[in-house]
Amino acid sequence: MITIDFDSEKIYKTGRTPINLQNFRKPLGRVHIIAERCKECGYCWTYCPKEVLEKSDYVNKNGYHPPRVKKGRENDCVACGMCEAICPDFAIFVEEIKNE
Amino acid sequence: MVEEIVHPKDAYLRSDRFPHIWCPGCGLGIVLKSYVDAISKLDIPYNNHVLVSGIGCTARLPGYANVDSYHTTHGRAIPFATGLKIVNPELQVTVISGDGDLFNIGGNHIIHAARRNMDLLVVCVNNFNYGMTGGQHGATTPEGARTSTTPYGNIEHSFNLPYIMSSLGASYVARWTSLHVRQLTRSIMKAMKIRGFSFIEVISPCPPNFGKYNRFSDGLSQMQFFYENSVLDNNADLSEAYIDFTGKRPLIVGEFVHRIRPSYIDLEKELIRKAMEEP
Ligand SMILES: Cc1ncc(C[n+]2csc(CCOP(=O)(O)OP(=O)(O)O)c2C)c(N)n1
Ligand code: SF4
Ligand code: SF4
Ligand code: SF4
Ligand SMILES: [Mg+2]
Repeated sequence: MITIDFDSEKIYKTGRTPINLQNFRKPLGRVHIIAERCKECGYCWTYCPKEVLEKSDYVNKNGYHPPRVKKGRENDCVACGMCEAICPDFAIFVEEIKNE
Repeated sequence: MVEEIVHPKDAYLRSDRFPHIWCPGCGLGIVLKSYVDAISKLDIPYNNHVLVSGIGCTARLPGYANVDSYHTTHGRAIPFATGLKIVNPELQVTVISGDGDLFNIGGNHIIHAARRNMDLLVVCVNNFNYGMTGGQHGATTPEGARTSTTPYGNIEHSFNLPYIMSSLGASYVARWTSLHVRQLTRSIMKAMKIRGFSFIEVISPCPPNFGKYNRFSDGLSQMQFFYENSVLDNNADLSEAYIDFTGKRPLIVGEFVHRIRPSYIDLEKELIRKAMEEP
C-alpha cells in the first residue's frame, strides 16, 4: 500500500476521483504526549491541521496543561508531524500506524 | 496520562537536561528541533558536527544538543568557530546564537566572517532584544518597537540582517520564522552542504520580554502575527526586507541568496598548494 499526504474528501469535491484511488489510503497517526515536558504554549493544538488536539485538564508537575486527543477524533490524525515539529519542548510526537 | 515514552529526537539531545530552561512559547526549542532534525537526516557523519554559541538564551542551545558543543564568551562564537574550521576543515561547524550576541557585541566578527566567505553556518535567532538580561533593546530592535530600555518606542534604525549578510557576499542567506519549522529544517540541511558562509535568520517569539512590551500577550499571539504577515519572496529586494511589528508591511521570508563563490577554506588550500610549488 502506498501512503500519500492528501485529503480524499477534497478530491471528491472537485468531482475528479483518481481511477487508482483505492490504491491509496489516508495515513493514520498515533500521538504520544510526554506530559511532564509540556509548557502549555498551545502551538500543537493551534497548528494541527486536522484539529485533533486540545488542552487537557491534567496538570503536570510544573503546573501546565498538556494536550490530549479530542474525544472521537482518535482516528483523524493523518501523521503529518506538524505538532511534533512545532513543539518547542519535545513533548509531543506522532507515530504512523502502518497496517498492511 | 503520563506515558513512559521516549521522544524520537532524544537520541540527539542531552535529554537529562530536560525540561529545558526556555520560557513557555519561546521559539528556541523549535530551532533546536530543526537543527537535530537536519543532522539526523543528512549524510554528514554525526561525529563531525560541532555547535558553537556565545552568551544569551539562544546561546544555551548547544548545551542541549548531543554533539560536540562550545558555549563561548559573549560575542565571540564566530572567531572561535573560525578557528575550529581552519584547524580541522572536515568538521561541519555551526554557530547558533542570538541577535545581540552576533550583531551587537559580536557584530564586527560576523561582518568579517561573511566578507571572507568563511565556511560556517550561522543561525541567528532574532527575538529583537536581549532576552536573557531582561529585554533591553539592541541593533536589531525594530524602529518604534518598545523594550525595557525603549519604553516610549525605539528611535534608532535597525539592522536588516539578510541585507547586510548578502551585501558582504555570503554564499547563502535565508530568513524564516519559528513557525516555518519545515522550511527552516530544509534550509539548515541545504546550508550545511554549501561551501562558504551561510546565514539563516530565524525570527522568534520572546513572550516575557519583546512580546510583553509589544502587545503580544503570549508566544501564540506572536506566532499568529508571523502566520498572518509572513510573505514568501525568494527574489525580494532585500533593502526593503526590514522588519517592523506594525502589521503595515509584510514580513518577508525565504531563501534570498545562493551563489557559488570561492570559500575561505578553498582559497586557503589553493594558496598553500601554490606556495608549496614555488622553488
Ligand atoms: C561581556 C559581557 N557583556 C554583557 C553580558 C550580559 N549579557 C548576557 S546575555 C546578553 C545579551 C544576549 O542577547 P541575545 O544574543 O539577543 O540573546 P537572547 O537572550 O535574546 O537569546 C548580555 C548583554 C555578558 N554576559 N558578557
Ligand atoms: S500529526 Fe498532524 S494531524 Fe496528527 S495530531 Fe499532529 S498535527 Fe494533528
Ligand atoms: S506544543 Fe508542546 S509545549 Fe506547547 S502545548 Fe503542545 S505539547 Fe505542550
Ligand atoms: S527570555 Fe525570551 S529568549 Fe529567553 S527563554 Fe524566555 S522567551 Fe526565550
Ligand atoms: Mg536576542
